[in-house]
Amino acid sequence: MTARAGLIGAGRFGRFGGRYVPETLIPALDELEVEYARLSADPVFRAALDSTLHHYCGRPTPLYYAARLSDELGLKIYIKREDLLHTGAHKINNAIGQVFLARAMGKQRIIAETGAGQHGVATATAAAVAGLPCEVYMGAEDIIRQSLNVFRMRLLGAKVISVESGTRTLKDAINEALRDWVTNVATTFYVIGSVVGPHPYPTLVRDLQAVIGREARAQMIEQAGCLPDVAIACVGGGSNAIGLFHAFRDDPVRLIGVEAGGDGLGTGRHAATLVAGSPGVLHGAMSYLLQDEAGQVRETHSISAGLDYPGVGPEHAFLKESGRAEYAAEDDRTALDGFQLLARTEGILAALEPSHAIGHLQHVAPTLPRGASVLVGLSGRGDKDVHVIARALGEKA
Amino acid sequence: MSRLASTFAALRAQGRRALIPFLVAGDPTLDATATFLDCFASSGADVLEIGVPFSDPIADGPVNQRAAQRALAGGTSLRDVLDLAARVRPRLAQPIVLLSYYNPILRLGLEAFGRLAANAGVDGVVVPDLPPEEGGPLRAAAEPNGLDIIFLAAPTSTDERLARVAASSRGFTYCVSLTGVTGVRDDVATDVGGLVGRLRRHTDLPICVGFGVSTPEHARQVAGVADGVIVGSAIVSVIEQGGAAAVPALAEFVRALRAGVDAAVA
Repeated sequence: MTARAGLIGAGRFGRFGGRYVPETLIPALDELEVEYARLSADPVFRAALDSTLHHYCGRPTPLYYAARLSDELGLKIYIKREDLLHTGAHKINNAIGQVFLARAMGKQRIIAETGAGQHGVATATAAAVAGLPCEVYMGAEDIIRQSLNVFRMRLLGAKVISVESGTRTLKDAINEALRDWVTNVATTFYVIGSVVGPHPYPTLVRDLQAVIGREARAQMIEQAGCLPDVAIACVGGGSNAIGLFHAFRDDPVRLIGVEAGGDGLGTGRHAATLVAGSPGVLHGAMSYLLQDEAGQVRETHSISAGLDYPGVGPEHAFLKESGRAEYAAEDDRTALDGFQLLARTEGILAALEPSHAIGHLQHVAPTLPRGASVLVGLSGRGDKDVHVIARALGEKA
Repeated sequence: MSRLASTFAALRAQGRRALIPFLVAGDPTLDATATFLDCFASSGADVLEIGVPFSDPIADGPVNQRAAQRALAGGTSLRDVLDLAARVRPRLAQPIVLLSYYNPILRLGLEAFGRLAANAGVDGVVVPDLPPEEGGPLRAAAEPNGLDIIFLAAPTSTDERLARVAASSRGFTYCVSLTGVTGVRDDVATDVGGLVGRLRRHTDLPICVGFGVSTPEHARQVAGVADGVIVGSAIVSVIEQGGAAAVPALAEFVRALRAGVDAAVA
């Protein structure tokens, strides 16, 4: 606990993290840090949040022993079912927590960014529950690609704002949300969707998602009688992976994060920030990012919109450099294979994001001891992706 | 004494305020930028502020974002901007201040940047996403080379933070007039004098005000409370409309801003 407290004080994970934002926002980040520390220790706030996570979101989520997938790969595979949460992904853990913080801090307006729309839907949902107005920034390209989620957000009462600047995707939606926050900082709470951004966001979001690993660790001990040998999760910004990893940080558990390899690392069309990027500053934090020789942020590609981001959370950069976690990239095709494998063996339509982790498991299974136990973070369900998958499989056929 | 310090000392001795026009390098081309800087210098500018284009300019409104995109489409890099500064330095007497987001500087390397910028004749650097807490490494690389790092104060800054901004800055301090991003506005923020007054209690450095200063009348109002007036988006708009042929319109606009600044103390 001492190390963690030190981390919060400094806002750093080794040399990563920090606050690289305009001066205008620094007092708001200070306020958020203080209020978060106060409210997270407040039993009344804690009880309201926990009750909502339980009765409204559906926590705890099951840990499922995937018997047929285990047989197929010669492993003992346990799946943490975040896909069964309300709104269909782990994003709601963070959105509910931050929106409740906003309400307790007396903020009158919620803003968020979204890529695929999952965090936007989660935030719109949380704002509806909290009775706060919500505006979601979304790249114009993503609005076209993810029209169903745009409609879901509108049904939930949120206003979706199309971002026409830059590459018109998630990166630019975050830029625009930051500009809104700089302008309306006195009244507005910015609900960031992953473990990215300036301190204290990477710590705050990590803490809100750490429930995933906390539950899974206890469930492993209860159901399997032991800790897993390996914990594996996909990494875009990295919130579901950090959420899964955090409880195991001091355990002898191998931690593997899987990034989006897009068309393949050799093509340059990918989103494998930790595997193929370099240190730099984007969206308020020092971390790894995909950039050109002049320090301009590069466009990314992935079949999975939720991983299609040129940055990554600073704690992942730290875990990579310290060697505590390892990171790999899997391409679009492998993710589709992983998706189909899980559907066929277990009757689960996973989102394309965690399908990268399933695909990677297929690749590394031969290198693991037979019967090794593996904990997989299944961050979301795949309904949102079926049309993309249909198109991709149709092209292959 | 640095070029920025001597420029502001001379202005102060004359009872004048600085006019600091801003543009984005490489918009529409680096050659055009050189011509525009000559135009600024001959139209009454005291300090020249050159923006380095960045892919993700979170402190900028649409006008400067579009300018950065045009410059990046032409391939403009930080190295190109340093070359440009070196090219115009011999013929221009005014101090040159770069405005760059942090990542292009980091990518070049802090040591290399400090050395190259100083060699190019750059006098100061403003980094809009670098608050003083994170500014130590850049200052350590810049100050031994005689390069002034200028930090920003904002309307939301507490007095404690204003003291830190003032103590960390060299050359001048940059006062953000409004709670928001850069851009053309109808009016100057009403409380700008209050913010400058709060900052003044912590520093003897010149205080220059930017963000939203858009017209000669705005320049007059700001020059009434500050040591310098920074005009960005309104100038970039003139360049956006005129392209490489913007020089006559630019000269006219900068001269009008000059008249506005001088009217404040006349």
